[in-house]
Amino acid sequence: MADPQFVRVAERHRAPVAIVIDGRPFQAVAGDTLLTALLLAGARVRVAEFGPGDRAGFCLMGACQDCWVNLADGTRTRACTTPVADGLSVLTA
Amino acid sequence: MSEARIVIVGAGPAGVRAAEALVNHGLAPIVIDEAPAAGGQIYRRPPAGFARPARVLYGFEAAKAQRLHAAFEALRPRLDYRPDTLAWNVSEGSLWTQRSGTIERIPFDRLILCTGAMDRVIPLPGWTLPGAFTLGGAQVALKAQGCAVGRRTVFFGTGPLLYLVAHQIAAAGATVAAVLDTSRARDSWHALAGLVAVPTTALKGAWYQLDLVLRRTPWHRGIRPLAVMGRDRVEGVRFRDANGTEREIACDAVAFGYGLKPETQLAELAGAAFAYDGAGLWLPRVDPAGRLAPNVYAAGDGCGILGADAAELAGRRAGLAVAADLGRTVPPREIAGIERRRSAIRAFRAGLEVAFPTPTELAATLPDATILCRCEGATVGALRTVANHKDAGEINQAKALCRVGMGRCQGRVCGFAACQVLAAARGVSVEAVGRLRAQAPVKPLPLAARLP
Repeated sequence: MADPQFVRVAERHRAPVAIVIDGRPFQAVAGDTLLTALLLAGARVRVAEFGPGDRAGFCLMGACQDCWVNLADGTRTRACTTPVADGLSVLTA
Repeated sequence: MSEARIVIVGAGPAGVRAAEALVNHGLAPIVIDEAPAAGGQIYRRPPAGFARPARVLYGFEAAKAQRLHAAFEALRPRLDYRPDTLAWNVSEGSLWTQRSGTIERIPFDRLILCTGAMDRVIPLPGWTLPGAFTLGGAQVALKAQGCAVGRRTVFFGTGPLLYLVAHQIAAAGATVAAVLDTSRARDSWHALAGLVAVPTTALKGAWYQLDLVLRRTPWHRGIRPLAVMGRDRVEGVRFRDANGTEREIACDAVAFGYGLKPETQLAELAGAAFAYDGAGLWLPRVDPAGRLAPNVYAAGDGCGILGADAAELAGRRAGLAVAADLGRTVPPREIAGIERRRSAIRAFRAGLEVAFPTPTELAATLPDATILCRCEGATVGALRTVANHKDAGEINQAKALCRVGMGRCQGRVCGFAACQVLAAARGVSVEAVGRLRAQAPVKPLPLAARLP
């Protein structure tokens, strides 16, 4: 997996939350959004459906709608406004 | 007789103060907010369990943030507060919301829209690469997630947020590779007459700039950004400096923006008339009290960018207007006090526009291959083609032909630049190409959303 995009610079001491990204386990912490977890795990949130290349969010405040992702259960969610929860399983491609 | 049903959309500075004014007059509004906690974007509260104190999160604005949060907590028992709730339509006297997949129609007697703003974006080659974010986005990552958006971040664009976010990231211990401002130092001097209207705020801005110098951060003014570089993700920024020399700076993230842009979609659906501001934005027309349409009011940055302090005042003013329109007695002195403070902020804001002018001309000179609409992957060239060969002279017509602005953000992100590109291609004023129409739902709804 690519080097993480985000760097955690504060608020490190939070309870671990186990999620699954593209079938691989990843340990986020309570209070992370799904977008944060994805960008601490790598550098991709999703593959752009109309253009070449990956996307990694943009506005982080629920306005640009560029971080909608598929969950393994078939639902779609906006990663920047979705808190992580134990067992959450997300697909970035 | 049942009490009037008043609905407020947004729990930022304007929404909270509107709610407070109503509660002070014995009214109990419903407050709808998309965020999980009140405060809006500027005074956004981090999730439960975060430990940084307010002075770290909000800097100079810590006391204001804490006052606003405390005011809202005190109001809570009198409010029907609905966080995590999207307001997605206004139609026939009702507001439509969605929370956790459940749709609700809320008929209202009065509606106050406090929808706030987002970054004003001008695309450039490479801006969709992973690692490119808005300035506001970089700030959200830091404040609400405790994360820097990269190891080495270049901040570019213009406006107060450019310096504030760069300062906050540096103070958090992450590397600011450079700050690149399209405005020139002499713009700031020309702006002094306006900026002194609110000297404390002007001094805070000067401090952020001084802090850059003290940290020896590379800082250029009068630049023109040329491209965000990288193959699969951000690897650098190319820009032209004030002397006309092309330069490159390596980085693994960029955060950019050119001031803010109001969120006006619900106002439009509520029947607002719009006026062109002369500088690329269409603003909903409100009277001084915030009256927007019959029984609909608006306050804060959603009506035009004046900042958080003005939003608090405008929110209170709109709340008082609703109270007065419902027959409550509002002392004229209270209104006069609000107006005095708002006019000082307007003078300051006019100064900011001079200090950090939006480089609107950047969009018109973008290369054809640049992605303009990031939702649809539609290019600047595609828009120019329909402008020149399909006679599309109006932005909605052009959208239908080339998909620019048609994606799920409804042109929030690209609309500003798209109008500039179209106007330049047609050789007409930006005002003449019109504005992208909003439609319900103003943000995507899950297909499985259901009525209760």
